[in-house]
Parts: sequence; structure tokens; C-alpha cells
Amino acid sequence: MTTASEAYAARRRASQPWNWSRATAKILIYAALLTWAFICLFPIYWTISTSFKTAVNVTQGDIIPFIGRFQGDWKGWRSLGLSPDTIFQVSTVRDEFLLRFGNSVMASVGASLLAVIIGAPAAYGLARFNYKFGPWRNKDISFFFLSQLLLPPVVLAMPFLVLYKELALLDNLIGLILVYTLMVLPIVIWITRDQFETIPIELEQAALVDGCTIWGAFIRIVLPLALPGLVAAFILSVVLCWNEYFFAALLTSTNAKTVPVMVASQTGSQGISWWTMAALSTGAIAPLIVIGVFLERYIVKGLTAGAVK
Amino acid sequence: MGHASLIPAGRKSAGRLLIVLTSLLLAATVIFQILDASGVLAFGLPDWRPSLYAYIVWAVSMGISQVMMRGEAGHKALFLLPALLFTIAMVIFPTVFGFYIAFSEWNLSSFDGQKFNGLDNLRTLYNDSYFWNALRNMTFYVASVLLQYALAFGLALLLNADIRARKFFRVAFLLPFMLSPVAVSWMIGKSLMEFRFGPLAGLARHLGWENPAFFATPWIARFNILALDAWVWLPFMIILILAGLQAMPKDIQEAAKVDGAAGWTSFWHITFPLMLPVSVTTIVLRIIFQLKLADIVINTTSGGPGGATDTVSSFIFREYRDRSNVGYGTMAAEVYLIIIIIFITILLNLVGRFMRREAAQ
Repeated sequence: MTTASEAYAARRRASQPWNWSRATAKILIYAALLTWAFICLFPIYWTISTSFKTAVNVTQGDIIPFIGRFQGDWKGWRSLGLSPDTIFQVSTVRDEFLLRFGNSVMASVGASLLAVIIGAPAAYGLARFNYKFGPWRNKDISFFFLSQLLLPPVVLAMPFLVLYKELALLDNLIGLILVYTLMVLPIVIWITRDQFETIPIELEQAALVDGCTIWGAFIRIVLPLALPGLVAAFILSVVLCWNEYFFAALLTSTNAKTVPVMVASQTGSQGISWWTMAALSTGAIAPLIVIGVFLERYIVKGLTAGAVK
Repeated sequence: MGHASLIPAGRKSAGRLLIVLTSLLLAATVIFQILDASGVLAFGLPDWRPSLYAYIVWAVSMGISQVMMRGEAGHKALFLLPALLFTIAMVIFPTVFGFYIAFSEWNLSSFDGQKFNGLDNLRTLYNDSYFWNALRNMTFYVASVLLQYALAFGLALLLNADIRARKFFRVAFLLPFMLSPVAVSWMIGKSLMEFRFGPLAGLARHLGWENPAFFATPWIARFNILALDAWVWLPFMIILILAGLQAMPKDIQEAAKVDGAAGWTSFWHITFPLMLPVSVTTIVLRIIFQLKLADIVINTTSGGPGGATDTVSSFIFREYRDRSNVGYGTMAAEVYLIIIIIFITILLNLVGRFMRREAAQ
């Protein structure tokens, strides 16, 4: 550490008289930050704004609204049956979109709930008790769960396709929920175990002395304390499931199709209008943007669990 | 613990009886279904749901009997059992079943059904230039993680600097990660980069590229897929590295602030070495996710032009989508899984050795 503090002191001495260089650095930092923020936000802005464009706006590449030609138009939303003038009319496209949207909500919320319900107790058990299943100890069981992250979807996709056909679970939301639960379970266990390890064991011991069973102590004492971790795991799972495309594309067709599959099927067809695609994409990403803006700290908590000690 | 003797013998044997009965039920259902499916019995069950239900009954009674037979130890086992039985049913069975499919000729669109064909799929795969091409592309995609890491580190340092509106920048930097790769494929790949009307194409023309076709020639297409993929995944790396930076002791953090040349040396001698563990975790996790890269490629280029952007996953996806070739596709997937396991094992080994050497210094 001597070299560290020496270097630090040297830097302090060197930087004191050079205030103008600090100012330049500041400007450069903000310039870089703003550039990258622009790169991150512009595609989102572009998509949302394109959903309010007319054909001329698209071909002329208008970007800034309310000046010149680009006055805003419900064209994209009208084609989805979601503009103010079509919202009360019958629209098959809207029914289709809402069905997909509902499927996505049920699949991602259902799978995330199931993953938290079976994953959190497992994580707690692994954090607190000593298991022994044959030659398997806690470490091996944890590794078994985490190693599922390595499995690429393609390895499971085709066996699932055949299995689900035999089990009559193809194109079925329950089937999709089971696959998604499997997909996020290792992440849920990882995040919640990290959270349980921060809770002092004395609290549970006190509850046990007071006559709680271990399940009673877990549900009444530990779960409320671990709530931030559970919420983080749940939200991250919802985001991952909402965006999942590979399994949904292979395992669903008419009934259980989700939003990403609908977006993808529209992308492929030639001559599909930009404003429709933009409105559809906006619909697909809107819930995520809301989550990202308001629940950012849970996403960050979930992603960084266990990575930084 | 140690209270097992307090459990009445009757309860113990009832628990044992329960597990034996439900095991028999499960075995009987499966055997019955196998006989039915192979035509020995002629009940003609429409699907294998009964076996699934029998497994669920067996799994539930497994949990109940654990509590009955082992008391508190059983209660503890009950924490783990649901997740364990679920994962085993959902992973082990399909993986084993996958190996069975992989050694057969099975085209879902033909009426022939499954035909065992030994090592034929493996031989075809060995001679399939598209598969090798996809593997070569994967090495490129994986290598690019290092580049993304450098960029992410830079951006994390910026976020960690003494700035205003940090919350805004953090949310803005995070948002691309939240979006579905399928939507991103359209938003950027098919719209912003569109040849006629896309603003990126317009910008490229303005800068002197007369024919801005982003996905027409192999290397340009590959780099653009990479750009899309990086756009989605950089936030993940930024967040991890930023968390690492914020976990550093305060005085070192002060020294690590990016400002000027002195900042650069302090970064290189203090921050970077201290950040090595976090960096390694970030890179390894990112490589694991990169090996699954598929959605963006499938929806932007379908692996083209001429397979230049193909990943193993998108190759297998097309194998199924275009040819319904389940047997061959599964063989490719299983071989890929083995390659991944070997690669990650070697990688973790090297990383472990590297970290020990760093720690010793």
C-alpha cells in the first residue's frame, strides 16, 4: 500500500496548481457521458417517435417532432387498433397484440414467481444447513444449480420440443412457464443466497429458542428481511423472461405466442410498414423502460449479487 | 438434529410405505405407458401426461415422507427438494433424452418417425462446413468480449467520477440491457441501419460511405452484429465493474478518479490491479452469455451473408426451422455443449492459475 499512497500523494501535489486541466477533464468527462447516453437513448427515441410518423416523415428521415413536416400522427398506433380513434372499434390486430402481451405477462410473472417460490427456500437451505445427498455436499449442489447457466438454450430446445409434443404441452403457457422457471432458477438462487448470507444468524436462533419451527423462522423472520433480494431476483427474472425469444419461437405457435415472437414474425415479412413495426416495438419495450427507470436499483442489485465481495 | 429417535416408529414406517407406494405408482404408470406406446397394450393414450402427473405425485410424497421419517432433518431437506426435483426433471431427463435423439434420423416433417442411425449424424456434422464456420464465428464473438470489457471499464470509470445527474446517466446506460434483443434487432438492425431511410445510413453517406449496406459484406456484417450485441450487453459489464469500483476503499477511490495524466498512472497501478477479481468475474460471466448469442443474429441477418454472422445457436435454430431436422440439430447442440464445457473448464483453470500468481506477487 506504500506505493499506492505515494502515488496518490504525488498525484495530489501534481494536480494542485493545474486547475485548468481539471476543468478540461471535467468537460471531457461530461462530453463522453453525454455521447454514450445519446447512443443508449437515441434508438429508443427513434422507435417511439417513428410510431408517430407518417409515410413522408419516414422516407424523409424526419427526426425532431413539431417542426416542419413532422407534426405527429397516430398512423402506427392506428394500424394496431390502439390510436384514440380506433380504440373503441373492433380490431383483430389489437386483439392479437393484446393476447400476445397478456401471454408475455403471464409467462414472465408466472415463471418468476415460481422460480422465487422454489428457489428462495433452496437458497436459504444452502446458506444455512449442511446437506448430504450421497456424495453431494452443499458446494456440489450449489454448483449443480449454477452450472445450468452454462447450458445454451439449443441443447434443451429440441428435446423439449419432442417431450412437450408427447406431453401435450406444446403451444401451452404452462409449458412455457416451466421452461422459463428453469432458465431463471439458477439466477434466483444465486441472488437470494447472497441476500440470506447478509442476515445475522442470531435472529433465527432467537426465534428458534422462542419455539418457532425452522419453517416458521424462515417465513416470519428471514423472508421479510430478505425482501429486497427477493424483489431484485423477481424483477430481473421478469425482464429476462419477457425478452426471451428462443424457446418461445420453438415451443409456441398460435395460443401461447409471446410478444417477442410476434415482433420477430413481423420483422421478417417484407413490406411491413415502419410505423406499425415501431408501434409494435414500442409496445414490446415500454414495460421494460418503466421497470428500468423506476426499479433500476433492484436490477443493479440483482446483477451485482455475489459478484463483488 | 439428533432427534430422529423421538419420531415414533409408526410414523417412520408410514413414511416409508408412502414413498414405496408412490414409487411403485410412478414405475407402473411409466411401464404402462411404454407398453401402450409400443403397441403391446391397445389403450391408445393420447399423450404422456399420466406419467407427468405420476412424477408430480411422487415428488410431493417424497417431500412429505422426508418430514415423516426424518423430523427436523426432513424439514431442512424440504427447503431444497422442490428446486432440486424440478431441475432434475427439467434438465437431466431432456439432456439424456437429447443424446437418444442425437443418434437418430428424425425429421418432424416426414412421417417416418425416429430411426436410429448410429454415428451418422456425427459424421455429417464433422463434414458440415456451416457448423465449423459457426464455431469459427463464435471464437470471434468470444474474443470481442475483451474489447467490450475495455469499453465498459472506461464507461464505468466515467460513471464513478465526481459527476452531477449520476442517476440519469446510470439509468440511461442501463436501458439497452433491458430491451428485448428481438426488438433491438428491428430498432437498430432493420430501422436505424436501413439502407434507404435509416438515419445511420444517412450519416454514413454524409461521412462519405457511398453505399452504406451494413449487412452485405462478411466483415462489415460481423462487426455490426457485434455492435448491436455490445449495445445490449455493455450495461451488464458496466454495472458489475461500477459495483467493483464503488466497493473499493474510499482513499483509494479518491486516487483512482479519472483526471489527467496522473490519474492515468494511478489507474494503471492502483485501480486496475485491485479490480482484477471483479474484472475476471465480469469477463467470464459475459463469455458464458456470449456463447448463447442467437436472437440478434436470427432476427437481423439470419446468419448471412453466406454464414458470416452465424452463431452455433442460430445455425441449429435454422436446422430445425427450415428442415425440421431434430436428430441432426440435437447432435450439433450436444457437441456444442461438450465444447462449451471443455472450453469453460480450461478457461476457469487458467483464470484460477492467473489469479493465484497475481495474489502471490
